[in-house]
Amino acid sequence: MIAQVLWALMAVVLSIGACWLYFAGSNILIDTWARQRVLSQRRHSQVQPWLFLFPALFLLALFLVYPVIKTFYLSFFDGNGETFRGWDNYLWALSDPQFLSTIKNNLAWLIIVPALSTGFGLLIAALADRVWWGALAKSLIFMPMAISFVGASVIWKFVYHYRGPDVEQIGGLNALVMAFGLEPQAWITLQPWNNLFLMAILVWVQTGFAMVILGAALRGVPTDTLEAARIDGANPIQVFFRIVLPQIKTTIIVVWTTITIVVLKVFDIVQAMTNGLWDTQVLANLMYDWMFRGGGDEGRSSVIAVFIMIAVLPVMIYNYRRMRAEENL
Amino acid sequence: MKRFRIGSLLANLALLALVLIWTLPTFGLLVSSVRDKDQLAESGWWTALSSSEVVEQLRTAGRDQQLQEGDEYVLRGALLSGTEILRWGSNSRAPEANQPNTSEVLRSGATLTVFADGRYEWRHSEPYARSRGLRVFVVAQMPPKFTFDNYIEVLTSEGVAQAFINTFTVTIPATFIPIMIAAFAAYALSWMRFRGRATLVAMILALMVVPLQMSLIPLLQLYNSIGGWFGVSAKSYPGIWLAHTAFGLPLAIYLLRNYIASLPGDLIESARIDGATHFQIFVKMILPLSIPALASFAIFQFLWVWNDLLVALVFLGKSPEEIVLTSKLRELLGSRGDNWEILTASAFVSIVVPLTVFFSLQRYFVRGLLAGSVKGG
Repeated sequence: MIAQVLWALMAVVLSIGACWLYFAGSNILIDTWARQRVLSQRRHSQVQPWLFLFPALFLLALFLVYPVIKTFYLSFFDGNGETFRGWDNYLWALSDPQFLSTIKNNLAWLIIVPALSTGFGLLIAALADRVWWGALAKSLIFMPMAISFVGASVIWKFVYHYRGPDVEQIGGLNALVMAFGLEPQAWITLQPWNNLFLMAILVWVQTGFAMVILGAALRGVPTDTLEAARIDGANPIQVFFRIVLPQIKTTIIVVWTTITIVVLKVFDIVQAMTNGLWDTQVLANLMYDWMFRGGGDEGRSSVIAVFIMIAVLPVMIYNYRRMRAEENL
Repeated sequence: MKRFRIGSLLANLALLALVLIWTLPTFGLLVSSVRDKDQLAESGWWTALSSSEVVEQLRTAGRDQQLQEGDEYVLRGALLSGTEILRWGSNSRAPEANQPNTSEVLRSGATLTVFADGRYEWRHSEPYARSRGLRVFVVAQMPPKFTFDNYIEVLTSEGVAQAFINTFTVTIPATFIPIMIAAFAAYALSWMRFRGRATLVAMILALMVVPLQMSLIPLLQLYNSIGGWFGVSAKSYPGIWLAHTAFGLPLAIYLLRNYIASLPGDLIESARIDGATHFQIFVKMILPLSIPALASFAIFQFLWVWNDLLVALVFLGKSPEEIVLTSKLRELLGSRGDNWEILTASAFVSIVVPLTVFFSLQRYFVRGLLAGSVKGG
């Protein structure tokens, strides 16, 4: 076991060493050539950036750009990637009841999770600024960000644990329900509400993120605007909705979109909690499922990935344009 | 003034309620992981500090230990110690028939007495014949019991210790390899002039949101064919290191570029005029100045790789030598779904490292989050 860790450490040293050798070697070489006028100054400054960029660009091209193109390509082929099938896979998806119910679930995730995470994040950030133990509260609510989705699933599966109505409940939620004199429920199989119980896990993880970002934005709101509103007789609720909210609108949109993208990729929670049973499937898990189901169907799996990609596309294009504009200033 | 106080009280209470909702599930997991496994299966973790009533089947001593007192044969001893017996019985159908300190005449004609402190006495005119003792059922008050047995069990017999090492084996290289690659690229994208720079920066930022699902199938094909050529397994540690390195690069380049581009330009200009090459400037000035940004990214990447399930499922095997904690935990959820002593202890083993990293380096984490998100998205 120790040997394995040593091996990993050696891999770190070796790979960083190799990178270093490449960067140092190529740059010293080209700088020397430039000084000896083997290479013109102009050529030197044209080539050097690409020496700095090459390893990163190579990895990005191989692991992200090429696969994205290939996945689009594969989505027009059959399960083995051999026979061209045109739009068949897309038509299959749009008529497959399982795919359609997955899309329905995903839409619910897309609406509910970002809304609740952003809402709770904003509420907590606003409340924490008003109490003396706010920093501690924020730190505790932020904590789930460090926990894996699988770990969070174990934590919440325990909360949702169900035993028959005649025995003592060991799951927190059912104990609470019984304390109010109601019947315990098997939450995870309770359709369609079980989807909400899975979403709650992601809200639990993502709220800390929303809270930190929105908290910073709240503190950035100039105090004189708040003072002015108070002097004019606005109550705290009015100040919040009329003065603060409009000023942090952009940040709210950023937080909302970031969480939306996390939701589109959510895989681990569904995989660990239900693996899509009891009508809780989501696209990312369905895609993984088709990757291996019956030996794997690359065409169908690719189509599902393409649907996720299409959903992400508007954000991608927006990011690209905004960055271009910033760079050209 | 009074209004304000009510508002403040409400704020305190509301925040307290939210904090409890956010922390109690994790706290319950932690408490459960150190409880005795029988108590864990019987009662909620919030009762962990109170003692519980349990029904137990115990045995008296056998014939070898009987004594002869006058013309009677006697068996004496203690069924339990350290607890109080609430009720007892000699028959499985009526385990709660008798009060402590009372006697029952058994069908054999013997008299059995059980005392509240756990002692018993069996008397009969004929000797006790069997080598195994007599069955006695007791309802006893069991004090709360905390133990590390659950941890010992998951670490030794469930393979969680090996999975822990495997996770480290994946995480360390996957955290450190991208840093230098990204830092060089970020410098070129901030302080070197070349055609197409703006497009390149924008493209890398766009790659930040590409779903991993788009990469999995082609990369798996690629790994399979490379594995085929060299006659090795397609699933290997170097394979997953490279995958995590590449998937982490867009965020790394973005975070580091934001930071490096905000360093004072005069500094770099004057060094250029003094004849320093870009490579010297990067190594001697930029790299040391960028330590906080490098730390931010390292924490992100560490948490992301440690907590990842998808990439590990696709690019690593499920053999004991390769399975990572998240994958192991998912497997245990399926196979040991009702053994909460196993699940809670394993889950805690898997979250203790990221939680430690997170709480000790929270400042850098928050800084990175703000740098990456307020502008990005």
